[in-house]
Amino acid sequence: MNFGFTEEQELLRAEVRKFLDQNCPLDEVRKIAATPEGVARPLWDRMAELGWVGLTLPDCYGGIGLGWVDLVVVLEETGRSLFPSPLIATVLGATALQLAGSEAQQKHWLPGIGSGQTLATLALLESSDRLDPAGIALVGKRDGSEFFLRGEKLFVMDAGVADLFVVAFRSGPADEDISLALVERGLPGLSVERLETMDETKRLGRVRFDDVRVSHDALLGAPNRACPVIARLLDCGAVAVTAEAIGAAEGALDLTVRFAKQRIQFDQPIGRFQGVKHPLAGHYVEIESVKSLLYYAAWMLDQQPAEAALSVSRAKAWASDAFAGLGIDAVGLHGAIGYTWEYDAQLFLKRMKWVRSAFGDAGWHLERIAALGGL
Amino acid sequence: MDFNLSPQEEAFRDEVRAFLDANLPPESERDAAFLAAWTRKVRAKRWVGFSWPQEVGGGGGSLMQQVILKEEMAKRRAPPLGTSFMGLAWVGPAIIQYGSEEQKRRFIPEILDGAVQWCTGYSEPGSGSDLASLQCKAVRDGEHYLVNGQKIWTSVAIWAKWMILLVRTGSQAASKHDGITCLLVEMHSPGIVVRPIRNMSGSSMFAEVFFDGVRVPVENRLGAEGEGWQVTVSALAFERSSISEVYGLARQLDGVKELARRCSRAGRPACEDPAIRRRIASADLRIEAMRLSGMRFLTKQLRGEPLGSETSINKLLRAELEIELGELAIEIQGSRGALMKGEGLVPDDGRWQRFALSWPEVVIGGGTPNIQRNIIAERVLGLPKD
Repeated sequence: MNFGFTEEQELLRAEVRKFLDQNCPLDEVRKIAATPEGVARPLWDRMAELGWVGLTLPDCYGGIGLGWVDLVVVLEETGRSLFPSPLIATVLGATALQLAGSEAQQKHWLPGIGSGQTLATLALLESSDRLDPAGIALVGKRDGSEFFLRGEKLFVMDAGVADLFVVAFRSGPADEDISLALVERGLPGLSVERLETMDETKRLGRVRFDDVRVSHDALLGAPNRACPVIARLLDCGAVAVTAEAIGAAEGALDLTVRFAKQRIQFDQPIGRFQGVKHPLAGHYVEIESVKSLLYYAAWMLDQQPAEAALSVSRAKAWASDAFAGLGIDAVGLHGAIGYTWEYDAQLFLKRMKWVRSAFGDAGWHLERIAALGGL
Repeated sequence: MDFNLSPQEEAFRDEVRAFLDANLPPESERDAAFLAAWTRKVRAKRWVGFSWPQEVGGGGGSLMQQVILKEEMAKRRAPPLGTSFMGLAWVGPAIIQYGSEEQKRRFIPEILDGAVQWCTGYSEPGSGSDLASLQCKAVRDGEHYLVNGQKIWTSVAIWAKWMILLVRTGSQAASKHDGITCLLVEMHSPGIVVRPIRNMSGSSMFAEVFFDGVRVPVENRLGAEGEGWQVTVSALAFERSSISEVYGLARQLDGVKELARRCSRAGRPACEDPAIRRRIASADLRIEAMRLSGMRFLTKQLRGEPLGSETSINKLLRAELEIELGELAIEIQGSRGALMKGEGLVPDDGRWQRFALSWPEVVIGGGTPNIQRNIIAERVLGLPKD
């Protein structure tokens, strides 16, 4: 029995930490977030060179062949730095290919993704904002072995920079008749528009499909069989988002604890007052508890992915609401300085707004826990 | 990460399971005769005091074996291993660590055999969370200590035969923790008066204990004079793995879910009410977090790293859950939740009502949530002491 990270994983963590400390402190984060693309390509390329983008890809496609537990280590650190990058989107795009792609598709796309040249993303949600198949209205009109996609996707992560979209569409009359397509940027009829996010380090977009042609080769998996793949991708997405959220939560807690030790009011550090120290202790309890849940969920994704849903929901359900509360306390316990644009507390608060709904909010996951628990 | 057991650990688990298959009947068939036999059998297996060294009569089980044993017992809802609860939980460990050879010979076998109940004389009317401020006094008089003062909130004092007692023998020279001494006191000693206190659920599990010139032989001092604080703290830290608590909470949650299926709210089963479903799910994930955090802490221990204040994390969660599960069970019952009992009206013979009135046992005894928050804030986050 061993519920801890290996030496290699701790080493990986230290490496990522050092890289981000050196290259992407929070003032750099602000600069990247203020660019139209929202990505620092030179940093991204170096991360890919270090193997972190292709961490979970098999080595035959230039990856490292590691698992979700290892990826969690990297994501906790990118989250702690609020590092703006398409890492989660790209890893999920690659995961879709690994789960459902043919050998030819994997061979064609995965090496480029692992090397950082190709950015991928999932296009699942629509204006219905539903995670279940019934929420998918984007239609694929069949023409022989091809489909023509019409409709729009919303809340697409890093849509502005993505080269490859994994698109869920409706391909038949039944609720579950959902298929996945690989759609390249630049195809006729495809247009991308940036949505203005509260957290500028996280980009979301709207993708419009105006009779976009999907050839037979661009179908990911068999037609009408995508629901189990999408379900797995949602679990992977929830784990990835929660891992980054844990890092960001620790970043927010560190910032606030440091302030509470230094800030003098009524002739003493405010961290001596129980009105300040008790909420901070409470957030520490939440972070450590979510870590326990999340590490186990990641391990389940690696070992028994078909049984992982309950573990995933437990982690994401707690993270969504608890970390939103931590973001608010991070600002609130600072007092007025925390409210300023210039001070970093607000960056963490905004990150938690993105975390809350990504791949299911607390309500969605709690309902799934209840249902899986026999209620 | 690897959640599998080693072959040796698996063999031990199989041994425990085989024992349970052979010796543990369904709960409805567990009568007094069964309990007596069970107690003898687990004692013979050396599973009572399983973590204690074999020299003193314990089982000498490894950390991992202790966990396996507890987990298998909890899963099957087995009766406790041993009946001298406080004796096994902290009196025994303190005697093993600080006691003289004579004290070990005298007290440990009785605790293992369940022959003697112990109670714990820590809290006083003026010393609750601030335990080190205690004032119950012992003065040396030849080969005896003369004890005068009062203890309170002493669980099972009414029928305990012995007490582990903290007294003040010296001044609070450098810190409040100085000058405290630990004595082992026979409850039948002249000068001791026990007065039961009725708690809010109506039962009288705890009591006030008065000491008026009670003579305690010096040979019944545990550890050196003035060393009482260390004796207490290290004994309390001795085991405290939360496995049995986690299984206990999971069992209560199963009961709450079942209750939610039976009770009706606004014309539908309570288990269909979205708010109730979310609260149940929320309790479920907290219990699972406790279980998994326990495994993370255990991994640390297995790697030989000392456990710090992490254990306060699960203590806080447990406190929250004890209250929440009781509240949930009452809310699910609607107007019936306001009744204490009532044939045909109140589910489960009022069991949930009593449960909802018993949380202070766990939540306040052994360090209130606010004390746990102080511990985390000061020892983990490094915030200034208040």
